[in-house]
Amino acid sequence: MSQTEQTPIATDERVKEMSDFHKALIRPELGSICGVILVFVFFFLTARDSGMFSPAGVLNWSIVSAQFIIIAVGACLLMIAGEFDLSVGSMIGFSGMSIALLSVSFGWPVWLAIIVTFVLCMAIGGLNGWLVIKTGLPSFIVTLAFLFILRGLTIFAAIATTRKTIIGGVKDAAEGDWLAPIFGGKVLTGFFQWMGDNGWIETFTRGTREGQPVVEGIPMLMIWALVLVIFGHWLLTKTKFGNWIFASGGDAQAARYVGVPVNRVKITMFMFTAFCACVFATAQVMEFGSAGADRGLLKEFEAIISVVIGGALLTGGYGSVIGAALGAIVFGVVQQGLFFAGVESSLFRVFLGVILLLAVILNTYIRRMITGEK
Amino acid sequence: MKKVNLFATVAFLIVFALPLAMTATSVDAAGERYILVSHAPDSDSWWNTIKNGIALAGKQMGVKVEYRNPPTGDLADMARIIEQATASKPNGIITTLADFDVLSGPIRNAVDQGINVIIMNSGTPEQTREIGALMFVGQPEYDAGFAAGLRAKGDGIKSFLCVNHVISNAVVAERCRGFADGLGIKLGSSMLDSGQDPAEIKNRVLAYLSANPKTEAILTLGPTSADPTLLALQENGLAGDIYFGTFDLGDNIVKGIKSGVIQWGIDQQPFLQAYLPVVILTNYDRYGVLPGNNINSGPGFVTKDALTLVEKYAGEYR
Repeated sequence: MSQTEQTPIATDERVKEMSDFHKALIRPELGSICGVILVFVFFFLTARDSGMFSPAGVLNWSIVSAQFIIIAVGACLLMIAGEFDLSVGSMIGFSGMSIALLSVSFGWPVWLAIIVTFVLCMAIGGLNGWLVIKTGLPSFIVTLAFLFILRGLTIFAAIATTRKTIIGGVKDAAEGDWLAPIFGGKVLTGFFQWMGDNGWIETFTRGTREGQPVVEGIPMLMIWALVLVIFGHWLLTKTKFGNWIFASGGDAQAARYVGVPVNRVKITMFMFTAFCACVFATAQVMEFGSAGADRGLLKEFEAIISVVIGGALLTGGYGSVIGAALGAIVFGVVQQGLFFAGVESSLFRVFLGVILLLAVILNTYIRRMITGEK
Repeated sequence: MKKVNLFATVAFLIVFALPLAMTATSVDAAGERYILVSHAPDSDSWWNTIKNGIALAGKQMGVKVEYRNPPTGDLADMARIIEQATASKPNGIITTLADFDVLSGPIRNAVDQGINVIIMNSGTPEQTREIGALMFVGQPEYDAGFAAGLRAKGDGIKSFLCVNHVISNAVVAERCRGFADGLGIKLGSSMLDSGQDPAEIKNRVLAYLSANPKTEAILTLGPTSADPTLLALQENGLAGDIYFGTFDLGDNIVKGIKSGVIQWGIDQQPFLQAYLPVVILTNYDRYGVLPGNNINSGPGFVTKDALTLVEKYAGEYR
């Protein structure tokens, strides 16, 4: 962000007096906080009796939001560092397929398949970053190329090795594996069983699982989302590296002059985005037990939309991880909530577009208030 | 400047949120409610017949029906929609079983919570039984493809191109395999991943046919791939010359059959796949009656001879 140097008036404007309330108000994530409140009020009014706020309903939109959060954290940090990654969706399909192929078709142990996939993905993320830095091309173009390359490779690899585009059986392969539950497991199951036994939450009424609670536990996916948000927020606001991220995205040349290793920061962020996509894919494969060549379609835009709702600037140098997470929650709640509210499903995109527009307008005001830019 | 924009923002909110809020509150709380969850992306026109089918059944039976689908056709998203449908406590769920691994868990959860489930369109009778659904209404895909293959063999066909616009749907790909087996040849590389975009489909078909000029027959798997293929054949002059069969019907397919460019269409009668489950579930909930078997809604061959009603309702109920 280019900020014109202002001639100092009486006092330095950096130490300008500000009321606590004003200070608390003007944060990058203010827009998304308002968004979250608005969205919940809206759905509480329209879909209160639809089961949206029952335990199963809450879990439903929470999982969807958690999925968005995982990819939004990576996209957010990368966007603040001044770059885009359009290959996130294809990376999700690619890494899911890689895990399924290695573990099911090649018979590797699942933990090895997961680790190799993570290494592979982060290497591709690093390659993305390296190409952007080396060629000086916009990351938009480089990662767009990888959107097609990875998607094509995924479909090719699946068909060439198994003649199918959906590879199942990962669940059986992951039986007894030590690493798989970290992505596909559930925690607090005892607590939910106890609540079910006491009749506080609903239980299955028939079938082999009669008496077990409808909500078994908190999926690891949500824990991952939480951990990534905390890590991302800490990295961005509490560390030197976080300052480097802001600096690289704000003005890369100026940052280089003051000694920020801009290239390293950007490549690391590309790798982190790939890591997040891989977490998403691994959790999905472990939960559903299969990988499909078309998984993750358009997820790159969903990640970017979440980040933008969260108040980050598309041109880099400004944004917040908490904001991106809240943006992801707005997105997830709206997506699932519209179904609960019984809105015709073809209107979903209209609603999404309107929210995106409103969020960007609101965020622009807040940013102008913070930076004083006119 | 600031005031005007703020005003515009508020106006936006009111203009868009109000009608949505109104459609939302008009949900009928009383009476039976059934949700149909499909695996089709928004762009797949074939599912319009399904929407019309459940709407008509809902009107005739006096029940509330809803249609849900993952906007991009991502099956993992579809699993979430089934979970969501379950959480909203309908009387019954009608869903496709496009991928057993992904969808069986959420569907079984619905069944175990006392929600009646009918599998339509994609899936097999065995899978339906395994997850505890009431019945399967659809067209066994492999058998349909096999029947089509036998018919083509009778017409003297020895090689073919299968235009697959839903390469990710393993069940639909069975149609191509069945067709090849019916012809008694290997599928090999004759299945073409065409994508969903009409221009791309057309050009890929053109490219394949010029690279493989000895191709004797084309099989398309629905209107999404059939319509562009028709255009491709008009362009390279093979229309009417090459043997052309297709799954499913639509406006252009019916015209194609009429003009003789398409030899036959396999109608799996999607209307029945949507209409019958609503009727069956309603009567099961009201009177406890249930047919004792799965229902085959297809395959039926539509040829030039029986086109009047088909033509009238193509794309709407056929």
